[in-house]
Amino acid sequence: MVRAAAASVAALLAGCAPQAGDGTAPGSPGPGASEGSITVVSYGGSYARACVLGYHESFTEETGIQVNLEDFNGGLAQIRAQVEAGSVHWDVVDLGVSDTITGCDEGVLELIGPELLPPGPNGEPPADDFLPETNTECGVGTLLFSTIYAYNPETLPGPAPATLADFFDLERFPGRRGMQRKPEANLEFALMADGVPKERIYELLGTAEGLDRAFRKLDTIKDEVVWWEAGAQPPQLLADGEVIMSTAWNGRIFNAQVLENQPFVIVWDGQIMDRGQLVVVAGTPHLEGALRFMRHAARSESMAGVGKYIAYSPARRSGQALIDLHAETGTEMWPHMPTNPANMKNFLMSDWEWWADHRDEMQERFAAWLAR
Amino acid sequence: MGPRLRAAGLALPLVAFVSVTFLGPMVNLLTKSFYDPEVADALPETMSALRDWDGQGTPSDEAFAATAREFVAAREERTLGRTANRVNRVVSGMRSTIMGDSREMAEAAAVAEDAGVEMGGAFWRETMIGIDARWGGPEPWRALRAAGQRLTARHYLKALDFERAPDGGYQRAPEAWRIYVPLFWRTFLVSLGVTLLCLVIGYPVAHMIANSPPKRANVLLLLVLLPFWTSLLVRTTSWIVLLQNQGIVNDFLVAIGLIGDDGRIAMIYNMTGTFVAMTHVLLPFLVLPLYSVMRAIPPAYMNAAVSLGATPFQALRRVYWPQTLPGVGAGCLLTFILAIGYYITPALVGGQSGQLISNMIAYHVQTSLNWGLAAALAALLLGGVTLLYVVYDRLVGIDRIGLG
Repeated sequence: MVRAAAASVAALLAGCAPQAGDGTAPGSPGPGASEGSITVVSYGGSYARACVLGYHESFTEETGIQVNLEDFNGGLAQIRAQVEAGSVHWDVVDLGVSDTITGCDEGVLELIGPELLPPGPNGEPPADDFLPETNTECGVGTLLFSTIYAYNPETLPGPAPATLADFFDLERFPGRRGMQRKPEANLEFALMADGVPKERIYELLGTAEGLDRAFRKLDTIKDEVVWWEAGAQPPQLLADGEVIMSTAWNGRIFNAQVLENQPFVIVWDGQIMDRGQLVVVAGTPHLEGALRFMRHAARSESMAGVGKYIAYSPARRSGQALIDLHAETGTEMWPHMPTNPANMKNFLMSDWEWWADHRDEMQERFAAWLAR
Repeated sequence: MGPRLRAAGLALPLVAFVSVTFLGPMVNLLTKSFYDPEVADALPETMSALRDWDGQGTPSDEAFAATAREFVAAREERTLGRTANRVNRVVSGMRSTIMGDSREMAEAAAVAEDAGVEMGGAFWRETMIGIDARWGGPEPWRALRAAGQRLTARHYLKALDFERAPDGGYQRAPEAWRIYVPLFWRTFLVSLGVTLLCLVIGYPVAHMIANSPPKRANVLLLLVLLPFWTSLLVRTTSWIVLLQNQGIVNDFLVAIGLIGDDGRIAMIYNMTGTFVAMTHVLLPFLVLPLYSVMRAIPPAYMNAAVSLGATPFQALRRVYWPQTLPGVGAGCLLTFILAIGYYITPALVGGQSGQLISNMIAYHVQTSLNWGLAAALAALLLGGVTLLYVVYDRLVGIDRIGLG
């Protein structure tokens, strides 16, 4: 009997093991992180592919330095953990601007001097060439992307939604909607759809009444929302007919449109624009290679290279001027760019400062709201 | 060296392993729930200058000067951001206040130094209030002082849904902000439900295996054990394939006409999904202890009871069931304790309504990096389980637990 007990306990322990980890192994060095290679971390999917084709390959060709690509879902957590543990195995990371500012303040990212930035193809000085507020002390701005909503006309016959308010209109557009499972962008969408002028969105979100108002607006569609987490999910949800419309990153919808011939339509009204940056993790053993990579990525040609594969706008004016055709299908790219004036009639610039201050608090409130 | 000591020596590697990899980190993490020295270490002069402040109006000139000096120095060393983030957890908005104002303080200090102005307390009081009028009130100072307490109960209060009251004390958070206490309740109820479900499903299975001929019992046991050898992720995602909206079960129900195509049942990404997947994953933990106990019960007892005139149900209830209680106790306790800490399964199939407290702990460990709060939540969970164990011991007696 004792033996049987021992056997079942061993089986129980064996059964516990997979529960311990979640698949990632922080602390283990990246594959082949040797002298001649750097590890670049990005968001995976069609965006990472666009970066590889757009400028990683030309970087390796020019310098001989290999680029190991890793995926993550954003945020500073893993960078902080690596820096604090003194075992940095990420070199360059693609981050949202509010994270780069926070990380820079904390000293977990390398400072990037303006002398690193190369001039434009016609000698444009970087100081004027980069769009305002795209560069920060630790981050080099590479692109502008936006959170929009899109619908699938095949599963949503009848009148087409045209405004942000339509996303919240269950009477005219009954059906399930996809939204990202985090407060960012959703709170802004809610207030904009509720008629708050965009200049007052963040001011209002900072007050208890404004926040309640945003959640009340979200309440009106909560029962119909399917929550997504990874950027690749919204196109899938739309294609499967799980939702009739979904918020999404504009580039992911674009890729589904041109590469998979999906009939999706983007509603640009109320788009929330944000800046993407590259940063170097403080204390990386491959600092020189990482900085060379940053300098290469900061070229207008590199940014425009990404814009050959996905509809994210270069952060430099001279890069925007290079935007041409989609490399694989010959689609005209400019009409799909978030910075095209035709798409910017009603847009909101995401306020990194507000989110850096309130993210934890909003996440708690959002989680409490979701669980209700 | 006596034989006893030698025997103990054999266990030494295990003891060392458990202390280094389990007890050490656990004590370390639990300590973080009430001990938070970061801000106090980063701003020692500010904290000592604020010690005698009564919390009304503004603190002394020395406090202004010390704060300004330490902000400017930490800013230069790029360590101020960490401190500002800590203070921001006490009062939201302090991060940008500290980071933004310290930039201007550094500029003011540089100008004053060039002009040869003496930077005393009065200078800094005027400069700081000039930069940001909020420094002329008590709120930012209270936030600094609260964040600078090494020993603090604020993580526990937050974990119990309390918030700071305007007078500096604590009060229950407004309804819309309460999250952890409802989650604790939900975790407790889900774990209880999953345990009961496992018992209802597992008891007959264990009985059947225990009373089968050896060959068949081995095959059945293998079927119970098989899930153990499959990755937890695979088992959980299989449920997604089966239960999702366009999944196999819904497709089947539509195909046989039981439900319409637009009436597909939401069986996953909600509480149902959490229940189904958790019950499946945890079932072996209940079946195995039950099986080992049941195998030791001679079938003659049941036969004797029936031959003495008991109905089969009476024999089951009054003869068989009491003898299996040690296994029931062991299995239920094990299943319940595993369920209460469950994390990956609810994260994958729980959707918005199927999240448990461990998902919030994971969020604070991995994303918000508020380890103090994560530790407080974990400590409360640990305390709850210990309490249950003690209650179980009082009611049933822990020595009655048996694995066979």
